[in-house]
Amino acid sequence: MSYRLQVNGEPVEVDAPGMRRLLDVLREELGLTGTKEGCGEGECGACSVLLDGAVVDACLVPICQVDGRAVTTVEGLAREGVLNALQAAFLETGGAQCGICTPGMLMAGEAFIASGAAPEEDAIREAIAGNLCRCTGYTKIIDAIALAAERRRVPG
Amino acid sequence: MPNAVEPPVASPSSLQDAYALLAKGGYRPIAGGTDLMVQLTGEIGEPPERVLDISRLDRLRGIERNAGWLVIGALTTYTELRRSPLIAELLPALAEAAATIGAAQIQQRGTLGGNIANASPAGDTLPILLATDARIVVGSGRQERTIPATEFWIGYRTTARADDELVLRVEVPLVSDRRVRFRKIGTRRAQAISKVVMALSWSADGRAGAWRNVRLALGSVAERPIRAWETEAILEGARPDEETAERAVAALAAEIHPIDDVRSTAEYRRAVATRVLHRLIREEGSR
Ligand SMILES: Cc1cc2nc3c(=O)[nH]c(=O)nc-3n(C[C@H](O)[C@H](O)[C@H](O)COP(=O)(O)OP(=O)(O)OC[C@H]3O[C@@H](n4cnc5c(N)ncnc54)[C@H](O)[C@@H]3O)c2cc1C
Ligand code: FES
Ligand code: FES
Repeated sequence: MSYRLQVNGEPVEVDAPGMRRLLDVLREELGLTGTKEGCGEGECGACSVLLDGAVVDACLVPICQVDGRAVTTVEGLAREGVLNALQAAFLETGGAQCGICTPGMLMAGEAFIASGAAPEEDAIREAIAGNLCRCTGYTKIIDAIALAAERRRVPG
Repeated sequence: MPNAVEPPVASPSSLQDAYALLAKGGYRPIAGGTDLMVQLTGEIGEPPERVLDISRLDRLRGIERNAGWLVIGALTTYTELRRSPLIAELLPALAEAAATIGAAQIQQRGTLGGNIANASPAGDTLPILLATDARIVVGSGRQERTIPATEFWIGYRTTARADDELVLRVEVPLVSDRRVRFRKIGTRRAQAISKVVMALSWSADGRAGAWRNVRLALGSVAERPIRAWETEAILEGARPDEETAERAVAALAAEIHPIDDVRSTAEYRRAVATRVLHRLIREEGSR
């Protein structure tokens, strides 16, 4: 079957079995390997992407349900080689170590910032509760999301 | 690694087309996929021959109040339940339960209908449906029929739904001054499969402070979500004091039969269930 979707703002058409995971379509068909596979079972969040702006696990979404919809992956965050505010904040706070969880964390963080919720620690913890990190102990990730959210609220 | 199996899938956009496909047999529905996609890795049970994507069936969406009923479409996600002003007003316990299910990624995709049809003994919304006298409306090309929640989960991962039927919606009767409380004891913070989940509902009898129309339902303490009828009988007409709590806890301990996977786990679950009930009754008693 052939499906039309938007990926990082660009229209794409993919030919794939309808039950193929969005994760496999992104990584194998479209060569977007920024999205990682950890568990393949919805437990780790390494495969998090935005689907029409909502954070989802790409390992649990069949491509047939993405027809006509918009997907944002980690590759869609930087503009013309310039990191976006959240990516920059991760670098500043040391929110990324080995980096395996980072693409997923960035997408969960983006969804949180876009929700406009006040960047309080508990709320951020809840927003990234579906994303596991073995390295950082989460604190620096939370700091990064809070920092980017603050900058979004108070521009400049 | 891609899914071990990628069965053919059909994505009908009308209920009539969906029913026609289901009538042919061999189709397993997919709603949010948070259970089915994991099952497709082949580790859990036989993979389906064919999959029916029901996500375009808009008649299965929406939350509304209809006369004396709260009506919730099967495709309603946990995120929608958490954000719905109607749920917040009429059945806040369901929003509370939704907030404990997985994390954001699961709540965006997982549906109430999927929780109902998947029929896990640990399904977190199911005790609430049991404790509020909800009914589940299923449909096929043959007919629509309404099944009381108490008759829906009939055995281990087995329901009263036929293979060619879809869960369409849930109808919860609205009862004035009904209180509903939800408690879940899990292992980890989020993403937790509950160890014990409990829903208790009652109407307070103004003058005497006694409880009426008591319903107590539990998950993860038997091979399916259950009502605790004997414990309800103890609580009916009683006041939520220490003596009532003691009697209710004794009844519950005798009534439930936690899954005997590991012996200690069964004992632990019984201990947790009784402790949670005791605390809940005492909290209400001291209000
Ligand atoms: C990481 C993770 C954490 C989780 N945490 C929890 C938790 O805390 N508590 C909890 O209760 N569950 C939990 N779940 C399980 C799951 O998210 C829920 O059961 C969810 O409600 C399933 O809904 P779905 O729409 O994704 O179902 P799907 O996966 O699409 O379907 C599940 C089953 O129901 C059938 N089905 C779905 N909709 C219908 C319908 N309308 N009519 C007929 N059949 C239908 C499907 O054929 C399938 O067999 C978790 C899952 C994951 C992966
Ligand atoms: S790979 Fe998708 S959640 Fe772990
Ligand atoms: S940085 Fe290594 S897993 Fe998070």
